Order: sequence, then structure tokens, then C-alpha cells
Amino acid sequence: MPENQNFNPEDGLPIRNTRAGKVSKYKIEHYVAPLEETPLQAVDSVKETGKPLSMWAEAWRSLRKQPLFIISTLLIIAVMVVAAFPQLFTSIDPTGNQACLLENSNEPARQGHIMGFNLQGCDIYARTIYGTRASLLVGVFTTLIVVLLGGAIGALAGYYGGWIDTILARLGDIFFALPLILGAIIVMQLPAFRENRSVWTVIITLAIFGWPQLARITRGAVIEARNADFVKASRALGLSKFSALVKHVIPNSLAPIIVVATVNLGVYIVAEATLSFLGVGLPPDVMSWGNDISSARTQLRNNPTMLMWPALFLSVTVLSFIMLGDAVRDALDPKARKGA
Amino acid sequence: MTQSATPKPLLEVKDLAITFSTPDGPVHAVRDANFTVMPGETVAIVGESGSGKSTSALAAIGLLAGNGKVSSGQILFDGEDIAQASEKRFVELRGNHIGMVPQDPMSNLNPVWKIGFQVKETLKANGLAGDNPNKRVAQVLADAGLPDPETRARQYPHEFSGGMRQRALIAIGLACRPRLLIADEPTSALDVTVQQQILDHLDTMTSELGTAVLLITHDLGLAAERAEKVVVMYKGRVVEYGPALEILRNPKHPYTQRLINSAPSLSAQRGDKHEAIVDEVIPGKAEPLLKVSNLTKVFDIRKGFGKKEKFTAVDNVSFEIPKGTTTAVVGESGSGKSTIAQMVLNLLDKTEGEIIFDGEQIGNLSEKHLFKYRRRVQPIFQDPYGSLDPMYSIFRTIEEPLRIHGIGNAASREKKVKELLDQVSMPASTMHRFPNELSGGQRQRIAIARALALQPEMIVCDEAVSALDVLVQAQVLELLDELQREMGLTYLFITHDLAVVRQIADNVCVMEHGKIVEQGTTDEIFDAPKSAYTRNLLAAIPGASLI
Repeated sequence: MPENQNFNPEDGLPIRNTRAGKVSKYKIEHYVAPLEETPLQAVDSVKETGKPLSMWAEAWRSLRKQPLFIISTLLIIAVMVVAAFPQLFTSIDPTGNQACLLENSNEPARQGHIMGFNLQGCDIYARTIYGTRASLLVGVFTTLIVVLLGGAIGALAGYYGGWIDTILARLGDIFFALPLILGAIIVMQLPAFRENRSVWTVIITLAIFGWPQLARITRGAVIEARNADFVKASRALGLSKFSALVKHVIPNSLAPIIVVATVNLGVYIVAEATLSFLGVGLPPDVMSWGNDISSARTQLRNNPTMLMWPALFLSVTVLSFIMLGDAVRDALDPKARKGA
Repeated sequence: MTQSATPKPLLEVKDLAITFSTPDGPVHAVRDANFTVMPGETVAIVGESGSGKSTSALAAIGLLAGNGKVSSGQILFDGEDIAQASEKRFVELRGNHIGMVPQDPMSNLNPVWKIGFQVKETLKANGLAGDNPNKRVAQVLADAGLPDPETRARQYPHEFSGGMRQRALIAIGLACRPRLLIADEPTSALDVTVQQQILDHLDTMTSELGTAVLLITHDLGLAAERAEKVVVMYKGRVVEYGPALEILRNPKHPYTQRLINSAPSLSAQRGDKHEAIVDEVIPGKAEPLLKVSNLTKVFDIRKGFGKKEKFTAVDNVSFEIPKGTTTAVVGESGSGKSTIAQMVLNLLDKTEGEIIFDGEQIGNLSEKHLFKYRRRVQPIFQDPYGSLDPMYSIFRTIEEPLRIHGIGNAASREKKVKELLDQVSMPASTMHRFPNELSGGQRQRIAIARALALQPEMIVCDEAVSALDVLVQAQVLELLDELQREMGLTYLFITHDLAVVRQIADNVCVMEHGKIVEQGTTDEIFDAPKSAYTRNLLAAIPGASLI
């Protein structure tokens, strides 16, 4: 490049503004595309056709085409209907007086009793159908409490930071450090819980040990969202700090929370079954998959179907929640999608 | 280099078409593209984002995204058609035949490996490491203009500044002496003065090595200054190509003409029509609307173990903004210009000094006064993708300030939103859309509409047009100018781009390391810059000296 510099008349410093451009030693043709083929369009024109789509609508559009989502949703709807109206699926009421007859003990399947009978002579199919409700109740309510409690704590910690964050995050870490099953066994043995065993004690126990995970996820999402320009802009519009959290930060942090909550719903159903299997979960008079699996344990060699059916129902339900969580994750965060 | 009578092109792109398959059907990113690169020549491809300029260049090195492929046409490298070449062939070509300098210096170096290792990797892959690879690495880094290369080779990317990282990437790109170097916007993330140094160095190196360069840029001024030949792309097509200076001085295609007219570095200063109106608004230069005096901001930087270090981001800054005018605060990254904006917006507390808005002290306002102040001063931020809440429809976004301040009822608010959309030349139907459906420039116009909703007196634009393509940038600047004339708005315009300043500002403050090094009217600063720093900044504007 030619270095013919100019100098400033006042202080004699060189001014470097004499870059003259380059001239090729080759002859370069000057080509202009015909205008008919490359018509000029308006600068930055606004798309006015097509339906407006929010982020949720767009996620829904991509979700409803996914086989994973369709299958898991159908399964979950089926499970929910079973939980709400078990009498639609079996004419036998396993809670009734005539439900279990000892003469049927460990009888194999026969007409009207497709899965056979358990040790007490109860119909396995009817018990499994009626057991859905308790398992699903535990899953849904634990998830609800965990999302509300963990979400609120995580959001406050992440948004305000400082000492609030330190205290809440440490508190979460303490609960995080306790193994869920071990912790739950101990809590369930406390007098207040031992004497009032019900679906609710199981829900509360699982929620106590479940919220820190959700708090962590929420905290991370909130920290990311609180630094966004649109939050700054709303603050500059006069929105108070707390309103900005509720109106802008939390709605923008929902996606990972929904995903984790969906997957965890399945995990809580498994945890309930584990606790019931260990004998510290639901009281024995509540019909649940966990209790049935537990009582099948002793009869495993004589009558394996007794274990198989509730376990199969449990696995399919949990699997469909985990699949749903995966599908929702893909729809809400296209970046995480594999392969594409 | 010898010049044969009929020189053979090094790279020849013939009728190239590139198609991406997407869930919504095939997208034709490039169509009927034709251009050639001669040995040792620098060719620039210019175009706005989405014009297909990067895609064409990436196809030449076999790095198209997974869903894209060359659907027809040829890419001849030294006579060999590589349009459909195998991955194996590309691996052979990359490095010692075709090198690449990527766009973003921040994300293109692996943070867990030392710089030296990453250079050595390239050398080894091409069998050029030799007996003493470390010495060769130091040589390559020194060639790229990094001082003290042995020490630098042992450092990690986070210890490098943006400019140094880009030098390291250039070192990697040129390490194996390729015959063609593809530079994809190599300096668009850097300050102008750093950009100038790096491009100067790239020029020297490539002319010494006889490397041909395919430079991809959105900046026509830069292209004209650095390349012998310019290829202009628009909507996936080559609309014009020819000798750089001729394209600049005598553009034929209307799109090229439009680009040249909008490029801030190439166009003239603010129209005279504006000054006349300013004088009407403020007879006899009355009371300034904003007065900043001795403003200082000191940050504590945590150094671990309770140790703190003071960092003065803004150092004793004073300036005034007369009502109805635009004052630009210009500086490179880290000069403290955005910190000033945040303090004026009262989003950040000042350490010392005074900010007086319309005779009232800002900084220790009560909640109630602050709320009133918010109505009078509004911001527009840089990142058009971050400044609108993706969950809010455009209507809710623009309505939000009205609702916060309890202005009007539902019906009158809707009317107001429509008015505001009209003011920023967006159709009223946009109101039901969401930010993800709008382009960057359109989002920025929505952000302006939101800022205008409360009828503020002053707008703080923090790099408001820096992320936009030139044409869109020109459009938004024009809109801001129009609004100022209609409504007598006052702007505090924060930017790193002096070229834009000339188009929009009446007064300029030039900042360096937290201090104002020079201030004056725009004409004074541009025609007779007093400080060496301002002169350097002005000289670094690409293409400014070509017209």
C-alpha cells in the first residue's frame, strides 16, 4: 500500500486518511445484473400476511407434529381418565366387601378377570386401575407444590441476588445434600407423619426434598432473564422492581421450569412407589401401584403377574411424562434439538 | 509473481445455486452467482445480512450448514470443480490451499486450549509443523503482529483482547500459507481503530505471501478500500461486480446506488435543513435540557478473598444538551459511554458529580419524582433482539408504559398504540404480532414507539442503530431525525461509530478511557479535530477518503 501520508499542520502528527484503494493489475469487467431479474424491493418491509404467532403458539405448532408428543399425550390423557373414572374401566370395585375372596387366592387369569388374582384373592386388574389415582395424585400435587415453592424461592434468589441469594441458595443446598429416599424415610417416621399417613404426607415429604432442584433451575433462568434489555427498558418505563420480576422475568423463565416439572412428575410417581414398597409411603389401605408392587414381592415366584401389571402401568405412565418433557424441551428450545 | 498473458483465475464461481432444506420447504439462499478471484487479488463480497454472501464463501471451503447444499453450478478452485467435492478432498484443501478467518473472535478460539496449541494443531494437520513446532508457532504469531509471541503462545484466549484474538485467528488462517484466504467479516466485532490496524496487517501479509483474499463484509466503504474487486449481492443474487473504485464512484445497479447513498461512512453530514429548525426551537440557545457536570463512576472490582480494586469507568465528565438537539457521545468499547447513559437513565447510581435535567437534580430523587422523571426520559437500547419481551405482543409492548402510568382507558390506549405505530411507519396490523416475527430494524422501530408512548422530552439511544444493516440503519436514523423535527425531542446518542454521528448529531463528545478528550459541534469535530485520538478515530472510518 502506498504510504503517502499527510501531516496535520498544527502539531505535525501524521494523518492516516490517504488509503487510496487498490487497483488490480488484471482487467476487471464491470457487470450489472439485469434489473428485471433482480428487482429492488422495499427496505425492511413488514410481513403482513400469515397469522401472528406468539412463542407459545409457535411451540405448539412444532409440538403437535411430533410423534413423541402425540404418543405421550395420548397415554397421559388415558392415565388421567383412568384415575378420574376407574369405574369406567372395570365393573369390579376392589374396595367393595365382595371384592376379594380368599378362595381366588393366586388364581390365574380367567374370563372377566384378565390379569388373575393376588394372594388375598383380589382382582389384579381392578386394583391396578383403581391404584392409578393415588399414584397420579402424588405426582401431580408434588409437582405443583415443588413448582410453586421452588419456583418462588429460586426466582427471589436469582432476581434479588446478594444476601437473599446466599441464604436461599445455601438452604437449598442443605436439602439437596440429603438423599431423597433416606430423607423421606426419616421424615415419614416422625410422629406427626407416622400417625397421619395418607396421600398428603407422602406429597409433603416428597415436596420437602424436591423443591431445591426446581429452585436451582428457576434461579438460573431468572438470572439470565433479569439482565435482558427488555427488563431494563421496563424499569426505565417506571415499572417497579418486583413488578418487572412478575411481568417480564418470570414469564421468560418458564420454559425450563415446565420441562423439568414434566419430567419430575414421573420421577415423583416412582419415588412414591419406592416409599410404598419400603413400607413408609402410602398407608396399606390406600390402593396404589407402589403398595401392590410391595405386596407382590413375597409372591414373586408363585405369581409373577401380580408384580408385572402394576409395574407395567407405573413404567408406561412415568415414561410418557418423561417423553412429554423431552418433546416440550425440543419445542421450547429449538437450539437443543438433536441433529437439526 | 509472474503475470501471464491470459491469467487463470484461482477461484471461479459459475452459476452457483445453494439451497437449504428447512421444515417449511427449500430456501434458495444463493442463485446464479458468478464471480472470479484472480491469484493474489482481494475480492470483497458486499451485501446485507441474508444476502447470501457468507453462504457463497462457505461453499468454497465446504463448510455449509448441514441442511445446505450446492444444488447447481460450479466452484472451480485452480481449475478443479469442488462444488460437490467429498469431505476428504475439502480436508486436504483446507489450511494449506484455502484458509479461513471467521467472524467472531470471541467464540472461534477454543477457551480450554492455549493459543500456541491451537496454532500448532493447524500446522500439524497440514504437515507443516517441522522439527521445532514451537518455534514455528512463535514465528506464525509474530507474523500476525502479536508482540512477544513465545509468551503469547502460552496464554489462553481469555487473556487476549478482541483484536489480539482476531490476530491469532489470522495467524491460524495464514499459518499454512494458503493461496486463498476467506475472511468472513473479520473485523466487524472490533473497534474502528483496531479494525484498521488488523486490516492493514492482513493487507501486508497477504501481499507478501501472494495470497488471494475473499473478503466478506457488509461495509461497502471498507470493501472499496481494501479490495481490487467488489461483488455486490442482494437477495441471493450477484447484482453487480467490477473494479472497487468504479463500483463506488459509478454504481450502476439501483441496489448498489442505494447502498452507497445509505452508507454512513460514505455520505455527507447532517442536512442544513435541520439546523434551521433547531434554531427555531431554541431562540438564542436557551437553558440546556440536560446538564452533566463532573460526573464520575467508580466500580469496585472483586479480586477474591475480599480484596477490591477501584475502576473508574467515567472520570469527571461534563457536558450539556440544549433542548431539541442531539448530542453524541462517541468512544471505543470500554470508554465509559454506556455507563453515562445508564446513569442519566437513573438505572445506575453515580459516584460523584451532578446530572441536572430541566433544572432538577437526578440521582437522589424520591420514588414519586423518579416515576415522573421516567416519563420524561426514555431509552432505546442496542440489541433489537433483547429489548422487546418475546412473550409480549407488539400491542402489549407499546401499551405497557401507558398502563404503568395509568394513562387513558382500554379504548384510548388502543388508539394511541395505533398512532404510535403509524409514527414509526409500521402498519397497524403489526400490533397483534410478536417480536420474533419482526426483523431487527422493525423491532428497533417498535422500541422507539414504546419510548415515545409517554411523550418524553429526551431519548437516550444507547448504540441504537449499531446492530442494524446499513439500509435499515439509515431508515431508523431518518425516523429519529423526523421525530425530532416534529416533536422537538432531545437525543443523547451513544455510539462507537463516528460515521453515524455525522448523520445525526449536532454536538459531539469524544471519550477515551472514561474521560472526554474533545467536545464541540459536529462540524468542528469532523473538520478540525483537535486531539490526536479524534483524528485517529476519524481516519479509521473505512472508505472515508475514497469519495
